[in-house]
Amino acid sequence: MNSPPDTRFAIEFRNVSYRLASNVPLLFDLNLQIHPGETLVLLGRSGSGKTTTLKLINRLLAPSEGSVLVDNRATVSWDPIRLRRLVGYVIQDVGLFPHFTVERNIGLVPQIEDWPADRIRQRVQELLQLVGLSPHLLSRYPRELSGGQRQRVGVARALAADPPILLMDEPFGALDPITRAELQREFLELQQRLQKTVVFVTHDLREALRLASRIAFIDAGRLITVETPDQFVNSIEPQVAAYVDAFGAGRLVPENQKTRGTS
Amino acid sequence: MNVLHFILQNRSEVIEFTFEHLWLVAVSTFLAVLIGIPLGILITRHPLLNKPVLGVANAIQTIPSLALFGFLLPAPWIGERADRLVILALTLYALLPLIRNTYAGIKGVDPAVIEAGRGMGMTSRQLLWQVELPLSLGVIIAGVRVATVLSIGLTTIAAAIGAGGLGQYIFRGLAMVNNSVILAGAIPAAFLALFADATLGWLEKRLTPP
Repeated sequence: MNSPPDTRFAIEFRNVSYRLASNVPLLFDLNLQIHPGETLVLLGRSGSGKTTTLKLINRLLAPSEGSVLVDNRATVSWDPIRLRRLVGYVIQDVGLFPHFTVERNIGLVPQIEDWPADRIRQRVQELLQLVGLSPHLLSRYPRELSGGQRQRVGVARALAADPPILLMDEPFGALDPITRAELQREFLELQQRLQKTVVFVTHDLREALRLASRIAFIDAGRLITVETPDQFVNSIEPQVAAYVDAFGAGRLVPENQKTRGTS
Repeated sequence: MNVLHFILQNRSEVIEFTFEHLWLVAVSTFLAVLIGIPLGILITRHPLLNKPVLGVANAIQTIPSLALFGFLLPAPWIGERADRLVILALTLYALLPLIRNTYAGIKGVDPAVIEAGRGMGMTSRQLLWQVELPLSLGVIIAGVRVATVLSIGLTTIAAAIGAGGLGQYIFRGLAMVNNSVILAGAIPAAFLALFADATLGWLEKRLTPP
């Protein structure tokens, strides 16, 4: 494989700092490269700066210093509307529009992109199948769905215009453990097929180990390390070791090691 | 009952006055909606305008209505006819509830929903029409309801400067020291207010997103 690495829809943080208007710093000198097609999990405690990092990618926030590059172009020089339509965004539970039916929620991006109505309807059907929802839910409102169904609708909505990049902010955080495991498995299958560039925020180490190509560990606004799941559980970084310990290290084995062991 | 007797005897006049009354209320509320809702939206977009706009609308409310009619009397075109003058005054009074409720309604939309919309790449115009306004419609209609009921009451004073409406009975009755005549204006006005309140309350409930 001598072809140059594909950098389309890669994401890069170069010396990025972010401060609030009140000058409270949230992120310090972040350097991070996210490769196309990988699932990078941002892991860390609540308030460590994971969500801030995510919002810097679709320019809901702009860096105070340094630059965030999406597809080799600084986010501040993108037209934010165009940028965001290339970047699917899934947030925890509340992001669905309560006054839209499932059908309109999923078809939102195609609709604001002015697709013809029959193409939107067809696309919504495809997506429904993709995320495993039954078509009779189309006319329901988000409040009439279970937590797991809502989250599937959220994923379908983010995928609607087939964006190359997907940002997921604790998408499975509010679900019960069984539903969460189900959605994680579906996510893995989906990602294997779609090969999006995914940035996934969670504080759940198990989830990170299960889903990540690489884990970026953030603590108090600083990136501590970026490692593959197997490296991560054996990391010598004291903060990482402490985090892994907190989850009961002995019982944790990354998903890919398990499969290696049985083959 | 004297009042009923009086109303029945003068029923065509009572109906005429009621329609005059309704017309003054409808035109002024319509104008206030046309001005107040965009102003309310504007101050959610430009927070610096928030205090001055709400301050002025508040100040207008504190002016007694008879005094406001007096202030507007020398105005060109407006001052020439009593109904124009009354409509302008009623419009000004109705602005506060409309601006305030539009502002509060939009500000009350779950910020997570708005951020999700922005994250999807919605323009601020799309956010306004598809998310913020539909989700705050109930609160905005509540503002229209307050403004309408307020105007129905205030319009009774319009008779003092000769703009017509049910206030004519009230002032006539006061001059004649005749309670029946006063009530012939006050009772239909009260019913109008109750009716408007109930209708708009129903609409408010219908349009409030769950």
